[in-house]
Amino acid sequence: MSESAAKPRPEFRNIHVSQILKYRMPGPAIVSILHRISGALLFLVGIPFILYLFQQSLTSELSFERYQAVVSHWFAKLVLLGLAWGFLHHLLAGIRFLFLDLHMGCDLPSARKSAAIVLFASLVLTALVGLKIFGVF
Amino acid sequence: MSVSRTVVGAHYGWRDFAIQRLSGVVIIVFTLWLLIELLMLPALTYGNWAGLFATMRMKVVTSVAMLALAYHAWIGVRDIFMDYIKPAMLRLALQSATIVVLVGYVVWAFTILWRV
Repeated sequence: MSESAAKPRPEFRNIHVSQILKYRMPGPAIVSILHRISGALLFLVGIPFILYLFQQSLTSELSFERYQAVVSHWFAKLVLLGLAWGFLHHLLAGIRFLFLDLHMGCDLPSARKSAAIVLFASLVLTALVGLKIFGVF
Repeated sequence: MSVSRTVVGAHYGWRDFAIQRLSGVVIIVFTLWLLIELLMLPALTYGNWAGLFATMRMKVVTSVAMLALAYHAWIGVRDIFMDYIKPAMLRLALQSATIVVLVGYVVWAFTILWRV
């Protein structure tokens, strides 16, 4: 009894941004925060950039050539690669969340496994897109 | 006029929850649709690409997907602001700007589509 009085119980409050790096996040937490970050990336950069490319590619034969010139620049390729990861991660994590909503794979081992699959598969698919963008095949 | 809002257990968030998932599924279906259309093009030339979006089927499908994307992005970005931006005026300003930007994206997409 006296021991509990001497040693105050630990308090757990919402964490602050500055504490994030100290937390060891399990796979599902990483998938979740990356889902949010990739969504913000797609909103801020993805939609306007893709709409711009969409417009250039469709307006005329001349603008189509301009589109081809833009996407063959190394920086545009890098941006597209980043967006490809954002889209693929958001897509795969979203599909995983749909299954969780249907109460499928909610037990801890399955949730950890599917989170690892999402993280891994989105990187593999992004690498494939990267090989395509940089002209390996 | 009196406004009655149930404070607890009213399920007001349920509609957004459902729309977020429905719009997500629409975007998945559109992604697969576009992928198949692309694979069926003989070659990626301007003529084939513009010809694809000249069809009414592609105009309608892409428009529906764009609307789904805009609503999906609205709910997602709004949730980010609700979680991290606490000052009411700043949050209101950011959310208003988000709506304006998203409506702009939709009009932009429609204009591109209906010029082809």
